[in-house]
Amino acid sequence: MSDQTLLNIKNLSTSFKIEGEFYEAISQINLQVKRDQILAIVGESGCGKSTLATTVMGLHDPAITKSTGQVVFEGQDLLKMNEVQYNKIRGAKIGMIFQDPLSALNPLKKIKDQITEVMDYHTQLTEKQKSERALELLQDVGIDNPQRTARQFPHELSGGMRQRVIIAIAIACKPDLLIADEPTTALDVTIQAQILDLIRKIQQENHSGVILITHDLGVVAQTADEVAVMYAGQIVEQGTVQQIFENPLHPYTRSLLRSVPQADSENDELYVIAGNVPSLQQMPKDGDRFAPRIPWVPSSAHEKHPTMHQLSAGHQVRCTCYQNFNFPVAPKGVRQ
Amino acid sequence: MWKVILRRVLIMIPEIILLSILVFLLAKMMPGDPFTGSINPRAGTAEIHHLMRINGLYDPWYQQYWNWIVHLFHGNLGQSYQYHESVANLIGQRAENTLWLSLFTMVLTYLIALPMGMYAGRHEGKLPDTIIRIYTYVTYCIPFFVILVVGLWIFGYVLNWFPTTGSISATASGFSGTILSRFYHMLLPGLLGALFSTVNIVQYLRSEVIDAKRSDYVKTARAKGVPEKAIYRHHIFRNSLLPIAAFGGYSITGLLNGSIFTESIFSYPGMGLLFVNSISYRDYTVITALVLLFGILNLLGTLLSDIILGIVDPRIRIK
Repeated sequence: MSDQTLLNIKNLSTSFKIEGEFYEAISQINLQVKRDQILAIVGESGCGKSTLATTVMGLHDPAITKSTGQVVFEGQDLLKMNEVQYNKIRGAKIGMIFQDPLSALNPLKKIKDQITEVMDYHTQLTEKQKSERALELLQDVGIDNPQRTARQFPHELSGGMRQRVIIAIAIACKPDLLIADEPTTALDVTIQAQILDLIRKIQQENHSGVILITHDLGVVAQTADEVAVMYAGQIVEQGTVQQIFENPLHPYTRSLLRSVPQADSENDELYVIAGNVPSLQQMPKDGDRFAPRIPWVPSSAHEKHPTMHQLSAGHQVRCTCYQNFNFPVAPKGVRQ
Repeated sequence: MWKVILRRVLIMIPEIILLSILVFLLAKMMPGDPFTGSINPRAGTAEIHHLMRINGLYDPWYQQYWNWIVHLFHGNLGQSYQYHESVANLIGQRAENTLWLSLFTMVLTYLIALPMGMYAGRHEGKLPDTIIRIYTYVTYCIPFFVILVVGLWIFGYVLNWFPTTGSISATASGFSGTILSRFYHMLLPGLLGALFSTVNIVQYLRSEVIDAKRSDYVKTARAKGVPEKAIYRHHIFRNSLLPIAAFGGYSITGLLNGSIFTESIFSYPGMGLLFVNSISYRDYTVITALVLLFGILNLLGTLLSDIILGIVDPRIRIK
């Protein structure tokens, strides 16, 4: 492990208790996040991206959640920490940006108080210094009139503004690791680009590592350095942005890329991945979890217990079926 | 904000006029009259007709209504047929008793309900929560007057812990003696009333706390590293109490309704008891005055709720 590795996730599985039984939402995740790097985690809804993020943040109710493996952050295993120890890390060394800026802020507290709250627990600053820092942060995240915004309540701000405030909260204590869980999903396209630029800028200034969770491949191509593609709770392919976009191997990655509208192919119908991500209770015990959605690939092509295969430096793919994978012959009207 | 309050008060004027007409008509539509049975039993129907006539009870309703309103504006609510006393005096004496009992019940209600609701919400699914839920469901299922009668029977008659009638004992003397006696008389009806009225607040608060617990802004607070205790104090409880605070104004309505049961069963000399007695005597002047008063208090309660909400919830800033 190099010095630059901030977060090292080893064999991480998280299960939720549903009607008395535990079901795995993410299984056997191995990931590293380095300083000065943006790692994107991509996948459909329900594939476990957010579960991974909230597990790292320790935001699950321990009564109904079970996590195994290791989440080593700056040399300490987060999974072994108690609440008091965890609270020293959360907000201070790991900041999180949430998906829905409309609901992630307390509707009854002024913006300033929501930003200074995180400093209350992690810094020794005086009230005055905290207020000044809050204004500074609002300025940093691109809010034009910080004094005014600081006095306002969340409902008085637009979605983009609120997301900026949430980012300000997440970076208030200059965390080493920033987790952004679909930070742009609830925003319109023009604001999306601004928010991504902001995250990138902050990451470069603080030399932090970023986990960017998204289902938007455009966002990945634009922002990330490394990419991990998740399907049904597992990582199916992992590599640098170039490797994933130029040489996608896993059928799921290829299907995802094919499902993105292209500006230069207006006549094509979009590729649709048939079926759904299996629910936790219906998750197959073994075999390739993506196999049911590519039924034309013979079952012999899949491994019985798919493992990650190292193909080139940093590029890994799960299962052997990628070797036999081709898109089916298109029905009439669809150009291959 | 003041403009809005003024506007709301102005809107209340037509509401009160409409209410007064309705109240007046309903009182008039009741069968019976205030004189049969209350005068010399040997008097014939002729005498009753005579009394009805000189009291203006055979006039057309709009004329009676108009006379009533004119008197009302002169501060004259009329004479009670039953007590031969001015209605204003009559209500004035009882209003104080009802006010004390209602205030006492309200304070007890919130003292019981707030900790219960918060505890149940925070420790959702645990044994104490289950017990609290059973308590709320059972109490909710029992009619209020049954609770009162059974309570009165057990604690008043069988155990003999509390007085069973009145608002003050005849032998009470001195300043502190009077207060203590008043308090002693309010204790049982107040407790039973509170036992009943906590139910709604407990259930409401419990579900508010559970909602808040799972909200995104609480997740944000956790991600900030805020300790659990502080999360409850600064985020969950505060936000859950908001609708309860707004409820406060409306609870006036509930207390007035409750006073009708409580006071009749405990023979507590307040407005509720007066109301029930007046209805059985067809004491029109008292009934109309009381219903109008209850109606106005209800409207004020609603206004109060809106004002409270406007103050505590920044999203509902009244401009």
